[in-house]
Amino acid sequence: MSKVLRAGVWLLVALGATGALARLALTRGETISAAWLLTAAVCSYAIAYRFYSKIIASNVFALDAKRRTPAVRLDDGRDFVPTNRWIVFGHHFAAIAGPGPLVGPTLAAQFGYLPGVIWIIVGVALGGAVQDFVILAASVRRNGKSLGQMAREEIGPVAGLTALVAILGIMIVLLAVLALVVVNALKSSPWGIVTIGLTIPIAMLMGIYLRWIRPGRVLEASAIGIVLIIGALYAGRWASEQPTLAAMFTMSGTSVAIAVMVYSFMASVLPVWFLLAPRDYLSAFVKIGVVAALALGILITLPPLHMPALTQFTDGSGPVFAGKVFPFAFITIACGAISGFHALVSSGTTPKMLENEQDARMIGYGSMLMESFVAVMALIAACALTPGVYFAINAPAGVIGTTAASAAEWVRTAGFTLNPSDIEALARQVGEKTLLSRTGGAPSLALGMAQIFSNALGGSAALALWYHFAIMFEALFILTTLDAGTRVGRFMLQDLGRHIWEPFGRVSWYPAVVLSSAIIVAMWGHFLYQGVLDPLGGINSLWPLFGISNQLLATVALCVGTTVFIKMGKAKYSFITLLPCAWLTIVTMTAGWEKLFSPEAKLGFLAHAKVVEGQVASGALPAAIKTVTDARRMIFNDYLDAAVTVFFMVSVVVILAASLREWMSVMRGAKPVVSTEVPFDAIPVPGD
Amino acid sequence: MTSREILSETRDRIARAANVVRRIIGVPDYDRYVAHVHAHHPECAPMTREEFIQQRLVDKYSRPGARCC
Repeated sequence: MSKVLRAGVWLLVALGATGALARLALTRGETISAAWLLTAAVCSYAIAYRFYSKIIASNVFALDAKRRTPAVRLDDGRDFVPTNRWIVFGHHFAAIAGPGPLVGPTLAAQFGYLPGVIWIIVGVALGGAVQDFVILAASVRRNGKSLGQMAREEIGPVAGLTALVAILGIMIVLLAVLALVVVNALKSSPWGIVTIGLTIPIAMLMGIYLRWIRPGRVLEASAIGIVLIIGALYAGRWASEQPTLAAMFTMSGTSVAIAVMVYSFMASVLPVWFLLAPRDYLSAFVKIGVVAALALGILITLPPLHMPALTQFTDGSGPVFAGKVFPFAFITIACGAISGFHALVSSGTTPKMLENEQDARMIGYGSMLMESFVAVMALIAACALTPGVYFAINAPAGVIGTTAASAAEWVRTAGFTLNPSDIEALARQVGEKTLLSRTGGAPSLALGMAQIFSNALGGSAALALWYHFAIMFEALFILTTLDAGTRVGRFMLQDLGRHIWEPFGRVSWYPAVVLSSAIIVAMWGHFLYQGVLDPLGGINSLWPLFGISNQLLATVALCVGTTVFIKMGKAKYSFITLLPCAWLTIVTMTAGWEKLFSPEAKLGFLAHAKVVEGQVASGALPAAIKTVTDARRMIFNDYLDAAVTVFFMVSVVVILAASLREWMSVMRGAKPVVSTEVPFDAIPVPGD
Repeated sequence: MTSREILSETRDRIARAANVVRRIIGVPDYDRYVAHVHAHHPECAPMTREEFIQQRLVDKYSRPGARCC
């Protein structure tokens, strides 16, 4: 292609991106097609990948195909295995894409589609994809070192230890909030409970098949598993139609929460081949399949977005979660824009698989763009619902009441419309008793997806099946993260606890295994249980906490990245990592400050504790709280949430201070500009 | 090309595609490991398939970074 032609094509792509974004931003009072959102996203991704990631690949790291990667140099047939880049891309994407990019944008839709779209697109191009790519490239250059190791070696021991403890803290909050999403999706839904419940014996059956019947035949076992879970979907429908069975499997939020905790505990102490590994294979297939199907469904139907560009809730009065659009849109959408957790994947298995270090650009930057696209699709699915339906599902009962009439009345005062009989009919249509206050994002996303799928295939008769298919997909996803996460958390706890009491660290000593697993489950279980009892829905307080912690980890990763740049002698490019780092610091600190000290009881943990204390003292109790003991527990939990927020904020300050000190001493010349990279080791040229 | 050749080529392609899928979802690659041991450490006896798979799985689920949110 000639130079002029190429420049022309890129100019068109740039025009497409800006034109579509302008159309999205300037639309007022009319519905707009999802096509605009897709165009804005895809064109922006293309520009960012072609030009911005190129600067990082060439000018900063000078990625060189002739430089041997750790996979090539240290090939051991196990950890370090040179692998084709498309396979690594798929593997890396499957590892980073979880429920996060689906849930966050769905919740943030309460502000309208615009804040979400802008943050997802701009955040990924300048933040999330940069972080994933920089950490991957830095790790590849350091024999695949982990983020914690790099923080310790690049910044210092204090930053390293803070990062380790923070990672454990983040895991706990992440597991709690994801478990809460599942609980809210499955409570009083016999269909959902039966379907998800059946996935457990199905995974075990696969485990047995893989161990004894046909060892190692993973694809066969997965095919059987997929057929069986589709059967489970129909079994769930059948059970929900039998009055006795339906009553038996209609579980309250607290019972589902306990079941999820017991399940995760069992999964973390049982051998991995029995439950965890087969479930993970199944989940990987379902994940890739549904993401592809959703993309296809959206492309075929191009649904109109009924949500306005901006709602009046940008002022912080929203029912889904408290807080203004700044900083809370940027906290609510983490995965999809920037997610610190990815830095763990980028410095985990992936750097040990690259056969050519130039692949880091496509795998690090490219797969994050893919995840961002998943977030855009989730936003489309949520905004394709009418605002009335969206808020009836996502607003807690404490706000909209418990009947269709009260919900419709609330929706009317909010300036949208909802016919009470419509939302009841919709619930019946998807095979649920009610859709009111099914907070957490999963049910509304499932409904949005079901509408898109059924419009593309099967018509409205298939709506219920598609809805429960989507719920099953999300729950399968989340339970896989829960059991794997509990197990990883257990190992991290044992590793930290080893320094205090040596036997606690023995990974094959059963009492230590059981004890540490129980501690991890108890930790996230506490937050989960508190969230289930919370009359404001729990998501309200837990999701921001998760967002803050995830963005904290991203700050750590970007500090490591900046240090790496400076020590490579590329300080003039450090704006690339400093820009998102500064933005996230502002966002997390503002959000943390508001969660702590906001005088509004809905937003600030301390203000809420004070209000409840006042109510207890005067003998009145908060709405939906029955006993003084419950009210006192609520107060305790407010203080606990506040303490966790303080911990995350202090961690940000510690790591930033340690990084700044390191940067200054290198820049001032007190420390030499020496990169800790493994020295260049060229691939031998044949014939030399 | 005879029909037998077409058949065997199709079978090859399916096997290759299946291998790609297996590695994307993270199935431990035992054959490659054995080949590696034979090529680079001929004095060592490789682990059995069962030992290898068990070791890989335990390792995969014991450190953060194997999966994300």
